[in-house]
Amino acid sequence: MTDHPTGFVVDESRVPDAPLIAPSANGGLRSVFKRRYLLSLLVKRELAARYQGTVLGLFWSYVQPLTRFAMYFFVVGIVLGLHGDVENFGIHMFSAFVFVHYFTEVFAAGTRSVVRNKSLVQKMAMPREMFPVASVLVSGYHTLPSMVILMVACIFTGWSPDGVGILAGLLGFAIMTVLGTGLALLFSALNVYFRDFQNIVGTLTAFVHFSVPMIYPYERVTNALDGGWLQLYLANPLTESVMLIQRFFWVGTTDDPDATITKSMPDDLFQRGFIMLGICLLFLAMAQWAFTKLESKFPERL
Amino acid sequence: MSESIVVRNVSKKFTMHYHRTLKQKTTATLRRHQISDTFLALDDVSFTVQQGESVGLMGLNGSGKSTLLKLINGVMKPDSGDVLTRGRIAGLIATGAGFHPQLTGRENIFLNAAIIGMSHKETTAKFDQIVEFADIGRFIDTPVLHYSSGMFSRLGFAVAVHTDSDIFLIDEVLAVGDQPFKKKCLARMQEIKNEGRTMFYVSHAAGSVRKMCDRVLVLEKGKLGYDGPVNEGIRYLKYDGDDNDDPIDESGDDLDSELGADI
Repeated sequence: MTDHPTGFVVDESRVPDAPLIAPSANGGLRSVFKRRYLLSLLVKRELAARYQGTVLGLFWSYVQPLTRFAMYFFVVGIVLGLHGDVENFGIHMFSAFVFVHYFTEVFAAGTRSVVRNKSLVQKMAMPREMFPVASVLVSGYHTLPSMVILMVACIFTGWSPDGVGILAGLLGFAIMTVLGTGLALLFSALNVYFRDFQNIVGTLTAFVHFSVPMIYPYERVTNALDGGWLQLYLANPLTESVMLIQRFFWVGTTDDPDATITKSMPDDLFQRGFIMLGICLLFLAMAQWAFTKLESKFPERL
Repeated sequence: MSESIVVRNVSKKFTMHYHRTLKQKTTATLRRHQISDTFLALDDVSFTVQQGESVGLMGLNGSGKSTLLKLINGVMKPDSGDVLTRGRIAGLIATGAGFHPQLTGRENIFLNAAIIGMSHKETTAKFDQIVEFADIGRFIDTPVLHYSSGMFSRLGFAVAVHTDSDIFLIDEVLAVGDQPFKKKCLARMQEIKNEGRTMFYVSHAAGSVRKMCDRVLVLEKGKLGYDGPVNEGIRYLKYDGDDNDDPIDESGDDLDSELGADI
């Protein structure tokens, strides 16, 4: 090192066996799953923080969905009389409800995740995708108890799950998770720039409840809409994933599953489901790309 | 191949937004007021630091020191040019650790160590040392939100100096903390230096830079004004006046003059 400004001599034995890389180097979502220990700490933190300062704690995870469910059950089921129209209407609605709630939680909590962790984002170098991903996992964890309630309810109504049904359920869940993670990534980054986005999310969430066959059966839609409007309705990936999930839980509880499928599901549900999963994966890749672009100005915009 | 930090033609520009809402932006545009402005925090800065060097980064307030530190740490990315580092980086940026206010001291120690890449086992091994150094007693299980500013920075410093890293960044940390703690910090930084870790030390205190560093970089309005031996660097900045004319005071007894300017 002849051109060294102070003539410093290096102790070669102390040079770390590591490449010279950009300290902000980031492999995106891939690096999140490589650093599982850090992710697990963040998930624990999120779990502790979500209902921090409340007396009822995790119980709040049930209050909101259960009151909403009870309201729909009463108004739509009894007042509007869908209990007579749809076999096991409660299961039809609750199976969709549990997962739609999972999706909206992923979306809403994911959107706020980066801003909430401001103090870390400004001072520590780490893959920032950690925050939305951690909040997706936390939302998944909060869904577990309602899934247990759903299973118990299904068993009581005489549930006989089948192999195709399990595949349908997994596919539906995968669509929701991939789409939710993509949205969480994109909106958590946008929310750093404009806090308006966390308000938009609430509006979209209300929209989701009415845009999927949850509080009404799918055959009502096919009766009311045709051609382009029906295609538009089905272009929502959540519609397919809700029906796939109902294919697993609700169809299995009806007296004649085959008749239920012909009556209340589109014929090409699986094809549509796989196409939607593909589209959602593409969207996730785009969200990751956008996140990387937006991330470079996080510390100064927070 | 022994470079620890390579900074090549790095520039960083900040955009200042004067208005936040659409209404404010519209009125400002109609009145032909400026709605945003940019300034260059770092302007074409280049230097290379070898493994084990201790570099003092000096300059007036607003000269871009903290921005440079954030780029080396990886919190920010440069707009143009490259920043490259080798190995793990630990340290403190802008007098305060990246702690989560709602987590307890204990949880923050583990989280912070995990962020720089330490495993649970490695952190557990260092845990007692960190707590002892920070000297915060039973507050370790209290959310850091309730810490006094002194406790907060003591814990931050303790984590930074005890985590295993190859590069150690430290930003004006001695501005907070009482005299005995400052003394302890300086001793610990000397150890870090002797361990052969690369040290990047931001300070206004000519005394402690002189004691700790082999080399000085001076930033002037985002440009690298000086890069070379310590004493000339301090003279370049005209900081040597406060320090009598005794250029190398290795005794360390006169702590006040060493740390006096560190505010």
